[in-house]
Amino acid sequence: MSLDPLVITIIEALVKSIVVIVGLLTAFAYLTLVERYVVAKIQSRIGPNRVGAIGPIAVLQPIADALKMIFKEDIWPAQADQVAYTIAPGIAVGTALVAWAVIPLNPSLTIAGYKIDFYIADVNVALLYLLAIGSLGVYGIVLGGWSSNNKYSLLGALRSTAQMVSYEISLGLGLVGVLMISGSLSLVDIVQKQATVWNVVWQPLGLIVYFIAATAEINRLPFDLPEAETELVAGFATEYSSLKWALFYMAEYINMITISVIASTLFLGGYQGPFGILPGFHWLFLKIAFFIFVLMWIRYTFPRFRYDQLMRFGWKVLLPLALANIFVTAIVMVVLGR
Amino acid sequence: MPIDYLPILVMVVVVIAFAAIALTFSALTGPRRPNPSKLSPYESGMPPFGSARRRISIKYYLTAVLFILFDIEIIFFYPWAVLFRQLQLFGLIEMAVFVIVLLVGYVYIWKKGGFDWD
Repeated sequence: MSLDPLVITIIEALVKSIVVIVGLLTAFAYLTLVERYVVAKIQSRIGPNRVGAIGPIAVLQPIADALKMIFKEDIWPAQADQVAYTIAPGIAVGTALVAWAVIPLNPSLTIAGYKIDFYIADVNVALLYLLAIGSLGVYGIVLGGWSSNNKYSLLGALRSTAQMVSYEISLGLGLVGVLMISGSLSLVDIVQKQATVWNVVWQPLGLIVYFIAATAEINRLPFDLPEAETELVAGFATEYSSLKWALFYMAEYINMITISVIASTLFLGGYQGPFGILPGFHWLFLKIAFFIFVLMWIRYTFPRFRYDQLMRFGWKVLLPLALANIFVTAIVMVVLGR
Repeated sequence: MPIDYLPILVMVVVVIAFAAIALTFSALTGPRRPNPSKLSPYESGMPPFGSARRRISIKYYLTAVLFILFDIEIIFFYPWAVLFRQLQLFGLIEMAVFVIVLLVGYVYIWKKGGFDWD
């Protein structure tokens, strides 16, 4: 029996999408647990150790949290814009998930004469796609904050918009150096070109600029002004409850994984490992884990920025730094004739 | 080729389905006991006054305009960066001219206080 290649493509994409989404949701669930242990360690506490504990690890905690969240009351504020209020968490989590369509997770394998690619799509503008999807993420927050008709939510949403658009510029410029070295926008190409030397060797400043800007993009501490608890209760998510709130939370954690995987792919060689001792995906996993740990470490070490400091840092420090990085890269490449 | 984008479209459909299921679940499970004070906007326990939809600070508008300016600049950088190996010195000089023009504007905004939030 032979199938139309188009149908095969669709089925393949469907299976891969479901695997990636289920994987990300599991990762999200256990990331919340990991984060609680990391913060517990940093603050000299024990962390969760009651729900289904095996030894000191509460392995069932995320499941208990999820069940609790599902059976909470879903509140629809009377003065909210009902349509926007409902779809906003969906947009937030949706944009966080679809970014994974272009990320290569493993070198292609051939099993029983059938070639399996470990990415959903290899498009020639993959990096632009990632940036575009990343920018769409702000819609979930803005719609959620505005439609709640709550002053805290609105302020959180406004702050978030201004912050995300400000740091997006440094984020975009921080990646230009990688493009100059790789000469391609396709993530599959970029990873393959790092087989011998990782981009971070030539682009250490690019990685730092990208990582700081990305931390601001996903509203993590010290850039979590949009949901600063001490001023804005819970920022854009103040009026949300039940699974809708969980979806916002999910979006935040999946974005954490996404920026870590982008940093690993562009700067640390993606699935390429130094000695070829472990299969590709393990290396990518270790790199992601490293970046996520750094994000958590930063979160519980630094205090929150003030809003004017935040805007000043983005426009007056990060932007010139990113531009300087591009020019130094360009000059070095011309001088070395590479 | 447009066919390359088909898997992305498939994934978008799957993600929309997931979001729709989650939102429906959220509406169906759990209790439903609304009362007027629960449904009113949360303002730290005070009775809410006025609508939240009011005029907002001009600074957000300024930031948005600055963003559009510089974001277009980034779009120019991308094709240049991808082709840089072929352009070499010519590309460097071209981009230097472009960025100097842009830096004049950047310095002007800086001096005018466009990047300050107070």
